[in-house]
Amino acid sequence: MSPKAVVERSAGKGLDIIAICDHNTAENVEACIRVGMQHGIRVLPGLEINSREEAHTLAIFETPKQALAMQDIVYQHLDGVNRPELFGDQVIANEFDEVEGFNDRLLIGATGIGLQEIVGEVHRLGGLSIASHVDRPSFSILSQLGFIPPDLGLDALEVSHPETWESMGNDTPGIGGLPIVTSSDAHFLTDIGRVYTLFVLYAPDIEEIRKALHGESGRKVGR
Amino acid sequence: MKVEEVQALFHLDVSAGQKGLGREITGGYCGDLLSDVMANAFQGGVWLTIQSHQNIVAVAVLKELACIILVNGHIPDEETKGKAEDEGIPILLSPLSAYDLAGRLYEAGIGKTEA
Repeated sequence: MSPKAVVERSAGKGLDIIAICDHNTAENVEACIRVGMQHGIRVLPGLEINSREEAHTLAIFETPKQALAMQDIVYQHLDGVNRPELFGDQVIANEFDEVEGFNDRLLIGATGIGLQEIVGEVHRLGGLSIASHVDRPSFSILSQLGFIPPDLGLDALEVSHPETWESMGNDTPGIGGLPIVTSSDAHFLTDIGRVYTLFVLYAPDIEEIRKALHGESGRKVGR
Repeated sequence: MKVEEVQALFHLDVSAGQKGLGREITGGYCGDLLSDVMANAFQGGVWLTIQSHQNIVAVAVLKELACIILVNGHIPDEETKGKAEDEGIPILLSPLSAYDLAGRLYEAGIGKTEA
């Protein structure tokens, strides 16, 4: 998945806002933002952080600077070196889809940072903290921790298969009250646009999305 | 066997929940995914895990487990210790892996079943 391919596919699917959230890194976000500008797509920079509990959580920001500040924190707590023969090449590309380098960290690994601290740091930097694919049986906060700690302070939960979520139902302990967003968790180009979330916003930015998640001032999450 | 007997027998450190040391152990379970432990652990069980998040105490209370043993040298978060104190759920610490400690507990007769 290269920056141009991701953005062009998103444009073809009619998406207006996408978030680039690689595992434990934000090194490709700036290239994607630049391509997005050429296609009229708002690309939000982020990361999908693997916590100490091995629960995946999305950190989505307004600016690359914020995302890269979060990346610094993640890198300080991430051990290991990638083995491309096992986990694939971790390419860093520019907006022309040229390879600028390879990330040699073990990005698939878990960081040493607990969820509570991750949520705190994401909020301190001005971002949104969203628990990833809570409807899936692996690396989700529900699989790892059984239920969502009530004082964690997440902004939303991400569901990647709405039909699974319907059958799980809202009787899962500890999820009450948190907004749900639906997104594709795309690992391949063909995943992009598989599912999406409708937001009613005045502008495609983090503050507006935050308001929509809380149903403030006429902004809302559509269905 | 009581939690305090297991603690003494295997030289485990008591990290929190001292007041629950008199609980009776009936068997055991190993697991780090709390969803799995909630589904499969049972009343009176000793639970071996590396998960140190505060939710482990809630799971232990919910399933009426005898105690939690953090293995492989893991230590609980401060919030976890606080909740264990409040709930009287002993958290014991072992440098051994779950496999090694479970084997020793089993050999000591805890939860041992006919093959």
